[in-house]
Amino acid sequence: MSTIKEEIQQRILVLDGAMGTMLQRYNFSEEDFRGERFKDYPTSLKGNNDLLSLTQPIAIAEVHRKYFEAGADIVETNTFSGTTIAMSDYNMEDLVYELNYESAKIAKQVADEFTKANPEKPRFVAGSIGPTNKTASMSPDVNKPEYRAITFEELRVAYKQQVEGLLDGGVDVLLVETIFDTLNAKAALFAIEEVKEERQIDIPIMVSGTITDASGRTLSGQTVEAFLTSISHIPLLSVGFNCALGAEQLKPYLQRLSHETEFYTSAHPNAGLPNAFGEYDQSALQMQVLIEDYLQDGLINIIGGCCGTNPDHIKAIAEVAQNYKPRSIKVQV
Amino acid sequence: MADSDYKKYLTLSGLEPLVVTPESNFINVGERTNVTGSRKFLRLIKDEKYDEALCVARDQVEGGAQILDVNMDEGMLDGKYAMVKFLNLIASEPDIARIPLMIDSSKWEIIEAGLQVAQGKCVVNSISLKEGEAEFIRQAKLVKRYGAAVIVMAFDETGQADSFERRIEICKRSYDILVHVVHFKPQDIIFDPNIFPVATGMEEHRLNALDFFNATKWIRENLPYANVSGGVSNVSFSFRGNTTVREAINSAFLYHAIQHGMNLGIVNPTMLEVYDEIPKDLLKHVEDVLFNRGEDATERLLEFAETVKGNKKEDATKVLEWRSESIQDRITHSLVKGIDAFIIEDVEEARLASSKPIDVIEGHLMIGMNVVGDFFGSGKMFLPQVVKSARVMKKAVAYLQPYIEAEKDGKQEFAGKILMATVKGDVHDIGKNIVSVVLGCNNYEIIDLGVMVPPERIIEAAIKEQVDVIGLSGLITPSLDEMVYLSKAMTKENLTIPLIIGGATTSKAHTSVKIAPNYNHTVVHVNDASRAVTVVGNLLKKDNNTYKEQIREEYDKFREQFLIRGKRKEYISIEDARKNKYPIDWKSSEIVKPVQLGIQIIDDFDITKLESFIDWSPFFRSWDLHGRYPDILTDAIVGPQAQELFKDAQELLKRIFDEQLLKAKAVFGLFPANSVNDDDIEVYDENENLKVTFLTLRQQLSKREGIPNHALSDFIAPKDSGKQDYIGSFCVSTGFGTQELAQQFEADNDDYNSIMIKALADRLAEAFAEYLHKEVRTKHWSYTKNEDLTNDELIKETYKGIRPAPGYPACPDHLEKATIWRLLDVENRIGVTLTESLAMWPAASVSGYYFGNPEAKYFGLGKITEDQLKDYAKRRHISEDEARKWLNPNLAD
Repeated sequence: MSTIKEEIQQRILVLDGAMGTMLQRYNFSEEDFRGERFKDYPTSLKGNNDLLSLTQPIAIAEVHRKYFEAGADIVETNTFSGTTIAMSDYNMEDLVYELNYESAKIAKQVADEFTKANPEKPRFVAGSIGPTNKTASMSPDVNKPEYRAITFEELRVAYKQQVEGLLDGGVDVLLVETIFDTLNAKAALFAIEEVKEERQIDIPIMVSGTITDASGRTLSGQTVEAFLTSISHIPLLSVGFNCALGAEQLKPYLQRLSHETEFYTSAHPNAGLPNAFGEYDQSALQMQVLIEDYLQDGLINIIGGCCGTNPDHIKAIAEVAQNYKPRSIKVQV
Repeated sequence: MADSDYKKYLTLSGLEPLVVTPESNFINVGERTNVTGSRKFLRLIKDEKYDEALCVARDQVEGGAQILDVNMDEGMLDGKYAMVKFLNLIASEPDIARIPLMIDSSKWEIIEAGLQVAQGKCVVNSISLKEGEAEFIRQAKLVKRYGAAVIVMAFDETGQADSFERRIEICKRSYDILVHVVHFKPQDIIFDPNIFPVATGMEEHRLNALDFFNATKWIRENLPYANVSGGVSNVSFSFRGNTTVREAINSAFLYHAIQHGMNLGIVNPTMLEVYDEIPKDLLKHVEDVLFNRGEDATERLLEFAETVKGNKKEDATKVLEWRSESIQDRITHSLVKGIDAFIIEDVEEARLASSKPIDVIEGHLMIGMNVVGDFFGSGKMFLPQVVKSARVMKKAVAYLQPYIEAEKDGKQEFAGKILMATVKGDVHDIGKNIVSVVLGCNNYEIIDLGVMVPPERIIEAAIKEQVDVIGLSGLITPSLDEMVYLSKAMTKENLTIPLIIGGATTSKAHTSVKIAPNYNHTVVHVNDASRAVTVVGNLLKKDNNTYKEQIREEYDKFREQFLIRGKRKEYISIEDARKNKYPIDWKSSEIVKPVQLGIQIIDDFDITKLESFIDWSPFFRSWDLHGRYPDILTDAIVGPQAQELFKDAQELLKRIFDEQLLKAKAVFGLFPANSVNDDDIEVYDENENLKVTFLTLRQQLSKREGIPNHALSDFIAPKDSGKQDYIGSFCVSTGFGTQELAQQFEADNDDYNSIMIKALADRLAEAFAEYLHKEVRTKHWSYTKNEDLTNDELIKETYKGIRPAPGYPACPDHLEKATIWRLLDVENRIGVTLTESLAMWPAASVSGYYFGNPEAKYFGLGKITEDQLKDYAKRRHISEDEARKWLNPNLAD
């Protein structure tokens, strides 16, 4: 079976769509979230989507399966909040390793089924590493600008634990995503490099930032180019953007990124901007047209969807993606 | 340019990117946010005026700085705290955070703390091969992992590069390691090939500028994609005071450095003339110096400089010209320069011209000493110079004394009377003597009560002599409690005399938290001699109430802040700390049985053997000259003074060796030992009878996972492991004879050499300890047979095994010395005694233990909590109160 590094040279790879949007369809109750194992857990657990990898593993596997069926090459593990920092909301810090390990295993199992059925199109699993709910370079208290709710060191330790779980569960690539504070991402990259060195392994890394609005900056204030400069010290498989904006709004930033970087590029935008009810209503076909625009301009190597996207969107994206050549990059550093 | 080269530019980022391309010409680094370079910024940070400090940063950005250098390296600052706080504040100011940061520190932990709070791609300033390849690689790897670029100093294990060849050799070696071993991106490397002053008059400095230019060019041509940077103002250092020439040198140098390929640099824009506006004749002289054109280039520039601005620079041909100046100028010159050759002759001339001999002291000499005081206060003179000035002053006064007495025309009028004492139980007086001399220079009468002065005597003398200020000094930690005790006793006696606290272990924190609350009048901590003059001056002003109130307030505030800050640390119970001891696998750990067990004595050791073992850096520190030996000798600011001091030290050292002025003795022993009950070490004789038990203390600070809570006992095999382990103990002294010599010098009015002999004896004692440790490692214990380490490696403690000393960070418990004295019978065998505070006498002595396990390492105990104190009192068989007294400085609040 060929590796993701080989595949990405051949064609545009398709990433999956939103996990949360899909899970909403199941309408899981508090009891469903708890399952047998956490029946008597003292904290309310509804909304802890990552926990579903333990209590509703069949549903998680089903979502992965639907995305692969739609044509995705890569699915993301259900671990967006899989750090002690994010899990402290549910007092579930102790479960972090297990959550990541099991989530990776579920996704890997489904991926292997698909690869086995069609070895020509190998499928991959990306370990999703979210930004946590705290920021290392901004103060949550306007009156105390020097204060920080989290330190680099705390982030490094938390990310390291997540990475260990994901790797042991068998992911093919690590995806540091939805980066709104570059310092958080640098801590994640630091942790990954430590694990790589300790285990003497090389694992591809994808990095995906978030441009919050039309200012064209991350939440922590960096421009596209400054963000790119700040995370390019580690050899990356790809760098890109996701979330916050739809495909249309994201394009100018993607162009700048694509022009500046020697890494492969990725994008997984939202299904447009949310409407007045906070819902995403861009259809699969509408999104397909916008994505095709990226492809015509040769901006992209990995393409998928974020909030509001579902297997229909991914199917539409995969259809056009196969008609285009991937973005060519200059010499890989 | 090939397409693949396109991205090989140094690229940095704040909130916005900075790409250093060939077109960007020269990147200017803002340097005002540096506590070592800006007094103003230092004061703002010290006073926690971060709002104003941010304004300094903003001014830099608005003034065109493209990178912001931040440095918090100052002894009195918590550098890590200041760095983190300032960078965090910058992060919330988008107009400042726009540009990339340069995190500047000589301490790796401060650099790392800075990197951990910066989201952009910073520059680390700096790393070098100074500490060897392993440390260089370790730091470079981390710099890379944190995503920063790096400044590499042209510095290696043998020192700073000062020639073209050394510069390119070190840069090439650094480059190869970074690029091929660490896989650092070459465009992220910035070399600093050392900008040294030109036109110093010293032959070996003639090529300083040219070598820099050529090295820069070589780097840019031979080390692909690497960048070159430097601190420009240093080049014109020898012309400080002559702004016109200085600015011309700076701009001409910068101009040519850029032509040769320097693409970044730290330049103070206010110290720069526009290159084209430098007058052509001046420019020619400056460039002749920079490019070393002609043997006489320096002389010509010096001469020309005189015409540009009244410049008092001396050259060799003019040395004796000052002898033809007025009598006052000559006396002032002798005092400022510390020259004693003509002082008697000049003073005699002055006496004959004055109506009363006392007028010479109060007139000529005091005028001269005021100049010295001003220079010292403004940083234009350094401590060793001032002490030399004092020597000249004392000679002059001694000469005049008989005339004054003969005329009985009254006594010298002093500015005030200061009582100085090293407290009970402590014998260390170098610092106290320096402060006494400096105050004496400033016309204060000094009542020096000497060392080991009991509190009753201090109070009695203070009352009897009606002193204006009491100065207390101490070096060992029990002295801190003596000072606390004295402050209480002063309150009891209803004294109101201001109290000044100084000495190596004292601190503003201890003074404000532990001493000031006991005494309702002024208590000030003074950490260096120059500040002592200012503080005493302010205290003795007529209208000093405001100043005293200010001090009170300052200390009250400091105390409050300190106490709040102190609570942030977390401790674990001694029980848990023991569970987290340093793990040694005793099954596999190799234990070497000493070749020779038992006690040995070295009587009358040949001290000339110690010369190569001397660690000179602390010697300079004791004279308030800060920096590492040998770099300090070429330091831009204190270099010339350090050289002179070093020369004087070498002379006296030669006398010590030639005339056998000091005697060195040692006793040491190696014994079977095992650790018991976690923290104790039982020491046995050859027949396995228990001789003594060493009690060690264990760290209780809550540690990160995987980091143990150390105690020295962890390095000795536990009894229940079934393995026989060993321990050593020693006491060395080179202090026999010091006291007598110091007294002789004092009788000659030569405080300079009196302080010098003590400082040297201290260094020799440390050198002896180092020497003996080596002998023990390689011969007597013989666990390392093939050790061949240079002195530098010895100082850096690269060898196996440790020799911790009671009273120092790993084992702050001074009572352990009593145990060592019992074990080795030190007093009877070599005559070194312990005072009631357990200071060693003679002072130039070192005692401690030997641990031979390869895993043994130095650590700092830090603070311990009540539970360990109680447990310790039981183990020591003393009351908790007594235990508290001895361990006080290490108890967590």
